[in-house]
Amino acid sequence: MRLVVVAGTPGAGKTSVLMHTTRRLLQLGMKPAVVKIDCLWTEDDRRFERLGVPVIVGLSKDMCPDHFSIYNIDDMLAWAASQECDVLLNETAGLCLRCAPYPDSCLAVCVIDVTTGPNAPLKVGPLLTTADAAVVTKGDMVSQAEREVFRERILEVNPKCRIVEANGLSGKGSAELAELIRKGPETTAEMRLRHNPPLAICTLCTGELRVAKEHHRGVLRHLDGFMEYMGE
Amino acid sequence: MNLELTVIGGVDKKGEVEPVERLDMKRGEIIGIVGPTGSGKSSLIGDIEQFAQGDTPSGRYILINGRTPGAETRSDPRKKLIAQLSQNMHFLADMTVDEFLKMHAKSRGKPASVAKDVVELANTLTGEPIHPDHHLTILSGGQSRALMTADIAVISDSPIVLIDEIENAGIKKREALDLLAGEGKIVVVVTHDPMLALMPSRRVVMRNGGMYRIIDTSKEERTVCEDLTRVDDWLMSLRETIRQGNVVEAAP
Ligand SMILES: Nc1nc2c(ncn2[C@@H]2O[C@H](COP(=O)(O)OP(=O)(O)OP(=O)(O)O)[C@@H](O)[C@H]2O)c(=O)[nH]1
Ligand SMILES: Nc1ncnc2c1ncn2[C@@H]1O[C@H](COP(=O)(O)OP(=O)(O)OP(=O)(O)O)[C@@H](O)[C@H]1O
Ligand SMILES: [Mg+2]
Ligand SMILES: [Mg+2]
Ligand SMILES: [Zn+2]
Repeated sequence: MRLVVVAGTPGAGKTSVLMHTTRRLLQLGMKPAVVKIDCLWTEDDRRFERLGVPVIVGLSKDMCPDHFSIYNIDDMLAWAASQECDVLLNETAGLCLRCAPYPDSCLAVCVIDVTTGPNAPLKVGPLLTTADAAVVTKGDMVSQAEREVFRERILEVNPKCRIVEANGLSGKGSAELAELIRKGPETTAEMRLRHNPPLAICTLCTGELRVAKEHHRGVLRHLDGFMEYMGE
Repeated sequence: MNLELTVIGGVDKKGEVEPVERLDMKRGEIIGIVGPTGSGKSSLIGDIEQFAQGDTPSGRYILINGRTPGAETRSDPRKKLIAQLSQNMHFLADMTVDEFLKMHAKSRGKPASVAKDVVELANTLTGEPIHPDHHLTILSGGQSRALMTADIAVISDSPIVLIDEIENAGIKKREALDLLAGEGKIVVVVTHDPMLALMPSRRVVMRNGGMYRIIDTSKEERTVCEDLTRVDDWLMSLRETIRQGNVVEAAP
């Protein structure tokens, strides 16, 4: 079984690119299954269903969708195996830019939209810096110079990643991505994360609604970056 | 370096084999792409830019010197064979002209000092001057187009140049074309403009997404092109007069 974790900010073009890539994988004789993780709502399963591949949705509700995705990976892989598939495409919600839901033995793909501007690669954090491939979408909306500057910016934060220039509308880049998937790693029994998800649970996480700092406990970070411990 | 660019035909929008099966271009050649709106002109140069390998809707293959280009020539800007002026007229990046050009120069392996040259050159093509401290996003369509053109001429100095509708931004189109079409390059010009269409020695006619036929520019067409150049000079001088807020006089 192969695992492909596709992360990227909402609307970056994950589903659009994955649909084209799925078609290509089918042409190559592979058997893909898709799991879409989102927080509250998604229609992506209906889009993937049109391709005739097995697809399920997991909604994380009030939990971090990346945390949810991470500890459900075993279940997802078992489900894909039960569907007699040989590659699991996991499209994440991509909301939390501190977590990166990539285990070590997977193909970690970060989809990033070039129209978000040349500073975007600096903002997405571990989602991009720990990815194997950065798939750049919406290049049809900017000049070649902007695409090249964007590429340079990605390489600044992740010098080793493979950059795929893709287009979710035309399918550009999907052949290249499918090839990376075909040659990608097999999953292993004991997978570990590439990046530590943040551990801190703050008072807000446990349901405090009052705004003022005096009501909050634990490690608090001030606007100027100063951290202090409040509590027993 | 010897350089030959080949397009192996695929299918049109209906999925039918396109009538032109193969198109070969050599260094020093300018080729026109013409056809109604939506006929697939931009898609054709898009296929060339990404070195399509049967993986775009047209199913075309692009060859360099008769062979499939390697992954590096496909994506590494330092080794890039292709410079493209696309139909987009605006920059989306929120940074200054100078910052942006320096970053682009870096990505193409050029010194930061070329940023100044790009701005100077761009200002020869446009009316209101561009300043290095301007934010890219406030530039007008014409200013952006002029800057993109100068950027290609100075920074993306590649042997294959793809140009999409340079006439549509109110910049000096012939000067712009001259800047882009340096010596010994392969230049592909998508255009709706009769003068630009008749300037190359050949033109591809697009229809319904496919390359429909190739026309060699006839002697008669060349004469027409010369007449058009004179008409164009006159139009340009009228345009300048009106732009400067002056009153025009009857044709000489
Ligand atoms: N112009 C352009 N639009 C694109 C491209 N890729 C995707 N889009 C459009 O961007 C929008 C969002 O694309 P999706 O594929 O749904 O994005 P997503 O990342 O799956 O979104 P979520 O699953 O909601 O996070 C759609 O309207 C697509 O048609 C592209 O390369 N170019
Ligand atoms: N060979 C093809 N097969 C399938 N679809 C195609 C093909 N060629 C073009 N198309 C589609 O046709 C549409 C119009 O094509 P394109 O933008 O290239 O036209 P154009 O000639 O550049 O038009 P304009 O003059 O308005 O710029 C696009 O959506 C494109 O994806
Ligand atoms: Mg999606
Ligand atoms: Mg076009
Ligand atoms: Zn998180």
